[in-house]
Amino acid sequence: MGFRPRGRLLDEGEIRRALTRIAHEVLERNKGAGDVALVGIAARGDDLARRMAEELRRIESAEVPVGVLDITFYRDDIGLRGEAPEVHQTLIPFDVSGKTVVLVDDVLYTGRTIRAAMDALMDLGRPRAIQLAVLVDRGHRELPIRPDYVGKNVPTRADDLVRVLTNETDGQDGVEVGEVSA
Amino acid sequence: MIKHLLSVTQLSPEDINRVLDTAESFREVGTRVIKKVPALRGRTVVNLFYENSTRTRISFELAAKRLSADVINFSTSGSSVAKGESLKDTALTLQAMGADAIVIRHSSSGSPHTLTRWVEASVINAGDGTHEHPTQALLDLYTIREHFPSFEGLRVAVVGDVLHSRVARSNTHALVRMGAEVTLVGPPTLIPPEAQAWGVQVSHDMDEVLPKLDVCYMLRVQRERQRQQYFPSVREYSRLFGLTRERVAALPEGALIMHPGPMNRGVEIASDVADLPRSLITDQVTNGIAVRMALLYLMLGGTGEEAA
Repeated sequence: MGFRPRGRLLDEGEIRRALTRIAHEVLERNKGAGDVALVGIAARGDDLARRMAEELRRIESAEVPVGVLDITFYRDDIGLRGEAPEVHQTLIPFDVSGKTVVLVDDVLYTGRTIRAAMDALMDLGRPRAIQLAVLVDRGHRELPIRPDYVGKNVPTRADDLVRVLTNETDGQDGVEVGEVSA
Repeated sequence: MIKHLLSVTQLSPEDINRVLDTAESFREVGTRVIKKVPALRGRTVVNLFYENSTRTRISFELAAKRLSADVINFSTSGSSVAKGESLKDTALTLQAMGADAIVIRHSSSGSPHTLTRWVEASVINAGDGTHEHPTQALLDLYTIREHFPSFEGLRVAVVGDVLHSRVARSNTHALVRMGAEVTLVGPPTLIPPEAQAWGVQVSHDMDEVLPKLDVCYMLRVQRERQRQQYFPSVREYSRLFGLTRERVAALPEGALIMHPGPMNRGVEIASDVADLPRSLITDQVTNGIAVRMALLYLMLGGTGEEAA
């Protein structure tokens, strides 16, 4: 399955500014970084979570714990696709209980990934609250899920693909919209 | 991923690496307070054990339960098999009850293969006669990989009753496939003649082999399968092929000791050797659950059709 890009939604500078703004909003909303922890959803969400932690350190000299969550085992389409979905590593080196966990993902679409992420998180402990930060909200929700922090709202067609590239994983930063090509 | 796992020879090096990589994620699940994920909710796994087994059956049971699958344990004593039911009828019964996977252990080599002719479910070989025990090989590879970056050129000796050991067959095939250099060590009576075709070295002198090893894999002397006298006495066997303190001293620093269990302490392995830090026997057990979780997930987590 290929990807034919149609346009660029965010460039490197826009991604950086969006993450800086979200970091400020997280601090404002939670009155500081006291009990905040960032958990990025693999893959790409963890890259963004680490950058947000960097921003929080810069703005408020706050050391915020960062973890990576793989939601594969909690997906609702296991057994519906030809091959079992590929599994990534979960690494959350702190206790989520009592924390305000900010889930970080690259693109918010149907909301099914976030549903899975919340279930996965609950099995690891009892967070005081869960908030959701996404770089791009592209609409077409299939579950009652709403983000707390959004980098950019982008209207898309349901059959569009939105692709986020990060320097850490892909060697460059950017968000592109496009369609599936055969 | 393959539908049935009958032999390690079905698996390419890429398949093996995929199982081991996936197992790493499941290993993490085993360290959580809640050691359970909903990946296989609603699937049914049947443990069909025609031979006694503790660790393999419990390991498969825990693996399936940690994936939220439903597990049925079917052992031959106290079941319809004790009343004379054939393997075929038992299989058809399990099929009719909607089993998604059947984990079978049987004293006859090849019975898992026969089972695949009768059932829709995925069949996993948990040890068939003296033929194969593929999940044991995979968990052993996983355990070795925790200590060595690559299998390429890794020097492994498989020591003891190779003739009766399905573990030896599966491990040897898997290790050779991954590029390791395997030496089979034991008395001539316990090394099968066809071993020459496995791509391995054969030695009857343990002390000559020990100083050149990365992994020393000890096999249990399977007296219950030995239908004739293969060596003069247990005492002599143990003197020639038992892993003692003195022999461990001949191993290079960093070489590992493994054993699939259950152990005959004092026969193939000295009791104090089994408890050394470089002996990975309990790691093998822990990793077995993660590797079996990975296999069940990869085999049952898709529809089995080619992805669109």
